[in-house]
Amino acid sequence: MSKYTEDDLREELKTKEYEYGFYTDIESETFPNGLNEDIVRAISKKKEEPEWMTEWRLEAFRVWESMTEPEWANVNYEKPDFQAISYYSAPNSKPKYDSLDEVDPELLATFDKLGISLDEQKKLAGVAMDVVVDSVSVATTFKETLAEQGIIFMSISEAIKKHPDLVKKYIGTVVPQKDNFYAALNSAVFSDGSFCYIPKGVRCPMELSTYFRINQAGTGQFERTLVIADQGSYVSYLEGCTAPSRDENQLHAAVVELIALDDAEIKYSTVQNWFPGNAEGKGGVYNFVTKRGLCETNAKISWTQVETGSAVTWKYPSCVLKGDNSVGEFYSIAVTNNYQQADTGTKMIHLGKNTKSTIISKGISAGKSQNSYRGLVQIHSRAENARNFSQCDSLLMGNECGAHTFPYIEAKNKTAQIEHEATTSKIGEDQIFYCNQRGIDTEKAIALIVNGFSKEVLNKLPMEFAVEAQKLLEISLEGSVG
Amino acid sequence: MLKIENLHASVEDKSILKGINLEVKPGEVHAIMGPNGSGKSTLSSVIAGKEEYEVSEGSIIFDGEDIEELAAEERAHKGIFLSFQYPVEIPGVSVTNFIKTAINETRKAKGLEDMPAKDMLKLIREKSDLLEIDRKFLSRSLNEGFSGGEKKRNEIFQMAMLEPKLAILDETDSGLDIDALRIVANGVNKLKSKDNAVIVITHYQRLLDYIVPDFVHVLHNGKIVKSGTKELAHELEEKGYDWIKQEMA
Ligand SMILES: Nc1ncnc2c1ncn2[C@@H]1O[C@H](COP(=O)(O)OP(=O)(O)OP(=O)(O)O)[C@@H](O)[C@H]1O
Ligand SMILES: [Mg+2]
Repeated sequence: MSKYTEDDLREELKTKEYEYGFYTDIESETFPNGLNEDIVRAISKKKEEPEWMTEWRLEAFRVWESMTEPEWANVNYEKPDFQAISYYSAPNSKPKYDSLDEVDPELLATFDKLGISLDEQKKLAGVAMDVVVDSVSVATTFKETLAEQGIIFMSISEAIKKHPDLVKKYIGTVVPQKDNFYAALNSAVFSDGSFCYIPKGVRCPMELSTYFRINQAGTGQFERTLVIADQGSYVSYLEGCTAPSRDENQLHAAVVELIALDDAEIKYSTVQNWFPGNAEGKGGVYNFVTKRGLCETNAKISWTQVETGSAVTWKYPSCVLKGDNSVGEFYSIAVTNNYQQADTGTKMIHLGKNTKSTIISKGISAGKSQNSYRGLVQIHSRAENARNFSQCDSLLMGNECGAHTFPYIEAKNKTAQIEHEATTSKIGEDQIFYCNQRGIDTEKAIALIVNGFSKEVLNKLPMEFAVEAQKLLEISLEGSVG
Repeated sequence: MLKIENLHASVEDKSILKGINLEVKPGEVHAIMGPNGSGKSTLSSVIAGKEEYEVSEGSIIFDGEDIEELAAEERAHKGIFLSFQYPVEIPGVSVTNFIKTAINETRKAKGLEDMPAKDMLKLIREKSDLLEIDRKFLSRSLNEGFSGGEKKRNEIFQMAMLEPKLAILDETDSGLDIDALRIVANGVNKLKSKDNAVIVITHYQRLLDYIVPDFVHVLHNGKIVKSGTKELAHELEEKGYDWIKQEMA
């Protein structure tokens, strides 16, 4: 049973239908709108959290109250009214629809293009699925494989109860409650999220994916993820899903903390495809995420992201290279179309000696969208021989979109080697005609050119994810050429 | 196979082709020569369906069908191939991936399934051997950093893979060294049959020693001003274009 891979699991999923929700049937219950200390306490109570967790949330809430929403990002949107949001809604296990016929055909067409199986379509769209007696076995097998190696992978709510020492020791150590406005908000009210711990010297035998997470509470509005790779361990973690996620919640503010102890490696891959709003720019999710990883000695953290969704994205997965010889990497593809706005990039904080970071950012803008790269490379005085390489490429489609790069460099040590390259290109009519002449239509030609442009980043994704991400790029840019 | 009648074309109100007549039958090789800027590349782009050029008069009949309304990719699906004078770069897209996409898109247009990977590999092996192309070359980004000669050889490799009915080679010889010229020309000759045709655009007799034309046309100022047999090419090589220009005046 030791070699049970995600492929095996997928095979199994194909044959046995698998219902993903494993909630003990909590009746749907929603808190009144607004946020105050009582609401924070109530959330914590609902989740049966220990006292220290409640206090931790309250601390965050008090900091948040004193903060204002940041305005420095290159995005424009109507500020959400934080008192008009309900901060707790119990997981609802009732299906939204009785059959696929009731689901928006446009959504289903997209599912088809992505090659998502009918059963998965049902699950993703929230359609009732047949009850399968056997479904629990898949989950159990998956869990057993991990447990054999001492890997802990569960929802963070469950971890707070079952592994309070680990959570208490690490939560907020990389992204403190007071880190920024959205992180503070998240710390006060986070609904759920994932927790993962890889013990010393263990190589996690499969890609961990929130998609397969057991007892998943659904991607919440205020998700919190904590991944700890103990000394010498390795884990590859996949977040998100290429299928378009529609959500009535307009504001999303997630926090992800990664901790790579000595000689450990964490690969964290994200595909984000929240609803971007319609072609006129109406609706769509505001996505304000704080993601940060801490590297101890000889540790390595790689962030790889494919961002195609959301109306407004504000996201800077970062690495704190605390330990000597530690390595941070950031590979990103951000696509904006129509009226989407993305301000994304990374921070590489070099504290240790011989630390190394690589940044590859590919921004693709179409329609009337605005796509900004914002990056900070900071070399502290103690960081002898720190090295950074940054490359930011922008691809423009049409004349109405924008691409912007804001690279910030702060070097306090003379031995630092920092290289920055940036290019901006446009998809040329000549390139398209060349493809057309070879029998490739314009839509496909653009997909080909965009994939070529993004290749260095796509190559960093786990195989399966990369294929889906490629299709996703195609779909996101559909109809973007006039 | 191809019948062009009284073709007029312009770009941004600038008239470039001013009444071209040309008929190409299956199995034939036609050479088009003419001074710089006379409209040779424009003619090939118009046949291939580049939208930038406006056809104001005349018609292009391919295999009995007026292709005026067809998009460039549809013309390609029907078997028209253009070897570009200046092939463009597509960063990050390998030669293999590009040609695979081209072949499968063409098959799709004909209602066929994708070519099985095994067959694709076999075909690639066969055609790259024919043109003496190192297979490592095929994993490089399309035309990116290719030398002038490599670009041209790659164009003919694609032609070999796609097996078009009508191939238009726009100055494929320019940039090729002496050995490469022979290899590429031999490649083109091997692909020739009684069912397909080639239009060779060139400035030099050299290429026509290898790819022997049935007809030679001289394009000048947007018109075909003289047509003849392969001897005409020799004459041009010797005398240049002045005498033709004078004849015109
Ligand atoms: N897109 C365009 N915009 C403006 N002028 C153009 C355009 N395309 C072609 N022309 C003009 O049309 C004329 C013919 O160009 P074309 O490229 O067809 O010549 P050619 O015979 O292929 O020349 P060469 O032997 O140098 O390749 C030239 O004067 C050129 O400047
Ligand atoms: Mg030319």
